[in-house]
Amino acid sequence: MTSVSVETTNTAEPHETYVHQHHWRNADDEKDAAKLGMWLFLGTEALMFSGFFCAYAVFRMLYPDTWKQASDYYLDWRIGGFNTLVLVISSFTIVQAIRGAQLNKKMMIFWNLLATNICALTFLVVKIGWEYIPKIRAGELPGAFFTYGHGPTGTTHDHLFLGIYWVATATHGLHVLIGVFVIGWCMIRTMKGQFGPKNYMFLENTGLYWHIVDVIWIFLFPMLYLV
Amino acid sequence: MSGDHDASFLKPIGDFGDGGVFSAQWWRGFRTEVWRWATTLDHKKIGLMYLCAVLFAFFLGGVVALMLRMELFYPTMIVDVTDAAGNVVLNDAGEKITKTTGELFPGWTSSKGPVTSNNFYNRLFSLHGALMVFLFIIPAVPAAFGNIFIPLMIGAKDVAFPRLNLMSWYIYLFGGTFAVYSLLMGGVETGWTFYTPYSTSTQWGSVTSMVLGAFILGFSSILTGMNFIVTVHKLRAPGMGWFDMPLFVWASYATSIIQVLATPVLAITLLMLIFERTFRIGVFDPALGGDPVLFQHFFWFYSHPAVYIMIVPAFGIVSELIAVHCHKRLFGYKAIAFSSISIASVSFLIWGHHMFTAESPAANVVFSALTFLVAIPTAIKVFNWIATMYKASVTWNTPMLYAMSFLFNFSIGGLTGPPHAVLSTDIHLHDTYFVVAHFHYVMMGGSVIAVLGALHHWWPKFTGKMYNDKPARWMALLVFIGFNVTFFTQFFLGTQGMPRRYATYVPEFTTLNQISTMGSWVLAIGLFGHLLIFVQSLVSGRKAPPNPWGGLTLEWYTDAPPVEHNFAHEPVLTHGPYDYDLVVPPGWDPADYPLPDPELVRKAHGH
Repeated sequence: MTSVSVETTNTAEPHETYVHQHHWRNADDEKDAAKLGMWLFLGTEALMFSGFFCAYAVFRMLYPDTWKQASDYYLDWRIGGFNTLVLVISSFTIVQAIRGAQLNKKMMIFWNLLATNICALTFLVVKIGWEYIPKIRAGELPGAFFTYGHGPTGTTHDHLFLGIYWVATATHGLHVLIGVFVIGWCMIRTMKGQFGPKNYMFLENTGLYWHIVDVIWIFLFPMLYLV
Repeated sequence: MSGDHDASFLKPIGDFGDGGVFSAQWWRGFRTEVWRWATTLDHKKIGLMYLCAVLFAFFLGGVVALMLRMELFYPTMIVDVTDAAGNVVLNDAGEKITKTTGELFPGWTSSKGPVTSNNFYNRLFSLHGALMVFLFIIPAVPAAFGNIFIPLMIGAKDVAFPRLNLMSWYIYLFGGTFAVYSLLMGGVETGWTFYTPYSTSTQWGSVTSMVLGAFILGFSSILTGMNFIVTVHKLRAPGMGWFDMPLFVWASYATSIIQVLATPVLAITLLMLIFERTFRIGVFDPALGGDPVLFQHFFWFYSHPAVYIMIVPAFGIVSELIAVHCHKRLFGYKAIAFSSISIASVSFLIWGHHMFTAESPAANVVFSALTFLVAIPTAIKVFNWIATMYKASVTWNTPMLYAMSFLFNFSIGGLTGPPHAVLSTDIHLHDTYFVVAHFHYVMMGGSVIAVLGALHHWWPKFTGKMYNDKPARWMALLVFIGFNVTFFTQFFLGTQGMPRRYATYVPEFTTLNQISTMGSWVLAIGLFGHLLIFVQSLVSGRKAPPNPWGGLTLEWYTDAPPVEHNFAHEPVLTHGPYDYDLVVPPGWDPADYPLPDPELVRKAHGH
């Protein structure tokens, strides 16, 4: 019932004949609503991660020494810093992609989206290849896989720091991975010509989503790496 | 988009051509119709599917509640100790060993082996809580009635994001599947609150899948809330400002805000609980330096606002019931509207009152003081409703009886709240039946009664059939009596010190417990009676007029049941939702419905 019907004889780009869904009065209302919905969703994302931040804050207050030592021992700020840089660049490129849609430059959208996705994949590769896999090899997974006795403080609190590190970064990583697929979908839609100055709602919401993923990392990075 | 704008959205049900039941043609029609419902984007159909699902969950939870009350009919009993095979165990001297227990369901086995009855009781009350909270009462009003009526009441064709709406329905089903799965795999015995460290250390049952179910159901709730906020902001009919919205919409809006802001915190809490159980990350495990009380903080940061997800939409329903069936402008419209919002705001500040025995005294004082705040907007609502009824021409039909029932029960439930907020009395009442009685008066006596009122109020609108009002009134009375007999006794039990969540009790409590259990039977008869009346209405009910009660809100302006796109023409609002002193309700003939005195109503309208 989404009622997008395009005349077969129409030679215009699809975005120029965009028809809003039938329950909206006009496409502007629909666009505003989509944006409002997206902002609400961003709020839920922030609140969801606030659970991790809160747990982190409580235990950092309880065990400040462990937090300092575990961060130095387990995490390399250079890897985290590189990943931060990569995500900040990707935030810029996705904004450029939206600009491309406003300017009706199809290839500008496409290349910027591609750059964003390359950054996202770089982030994941660095995260997994330089952090997760060495950690798993060193027995630094939480729970049954954790090898006790060689941590910085030698107490169970090392384990607690790693516990929060794993769940927070893995949940964030999952968001990055979802972002890769959504941006990939945007690239397909770009090549179909569905984004233009009058219709870039989906692209803009993807950008908003990507920014929250970025912002959450910008909080996670100093919390975990720069204690 | 068949172009068939005059067709009712419910029209094709059961009518699949001339081939007769179970012919090939009938099956073809049946399959098409099932597929059409399964993929529908129509908010009314999605809402109806939600309604069926939540009522089914209510039925299951209700059966479990009756079993709980059966178990508590007798106090402790002396029974022989048996081994796993059911043989009587003898001691060294060859005598039978006896134990004291409240066994009414002894010898039940699950997939994980035989269960003692205490264990079984633990699983039953956990199941009752989880079913009623996560599957019934949280989605009942927002997802079921909200879905059907918010777009109708604001004059929209649909909710803002119809596909998201369908998605949240399937997420609900998916989460519900997990809950049913964990029930079949042995259930949980942690209570619906999943308190750590018990929930992270118990090897019994299927806590992980139950928690995962609640986690998934949370997403359904978040998406529904987002959808309604945007709908209310962006899809109001021309001419409808914020203060022209019906109060049900206001209440649903406040509820949606709570859903969107609180549920993500539950999601992350349950996710950490799942990680804790599967990977032992240690956040809630004291052995690793974690803090189990942190779980309580996280959990109640969601679950206290969730209490208002359950009750605030019920306030909205009662506002509608009282205005429509009193045929009178609501007293203090803005006060009621803002009190919903202020309840939503205050709800985020008072989670600590669930933890008076588990947190620092300084925090207790703050949370205690803040808790009293919530009584203010709640009392504002109650006083306004009563003021509305003053000198009104009240129609004493079933929905109005339920509104009255709500006022009575909810006032008791509300006024037994402050004793919990007072630290000194709370230490005495903590974890007793007084607490059980208090929240059942609010949740059941408030929300469920309001849901029943809403069912009767809007039944003609969404089914297109009238029900038989006279027996329904009797059943409403039975429900009222049964409910109060069941739960009022529990206030006495609680003040006398009977703790909650035990399968047994000392013999002194026998009389009160037996009265309470008998009350639950009366309640069950009343609810079952309602079911029969509704079935009779669906089978042979009189066709409902579009506006049987004389309502002024926009849902009464369309057909019963509504046409596929809600309104034949986009409605333009020319009057407020409760302007009974200025406007004659549309399409309303008092003769449509046996009012006590139609002349009186006409006079009240100044005609």
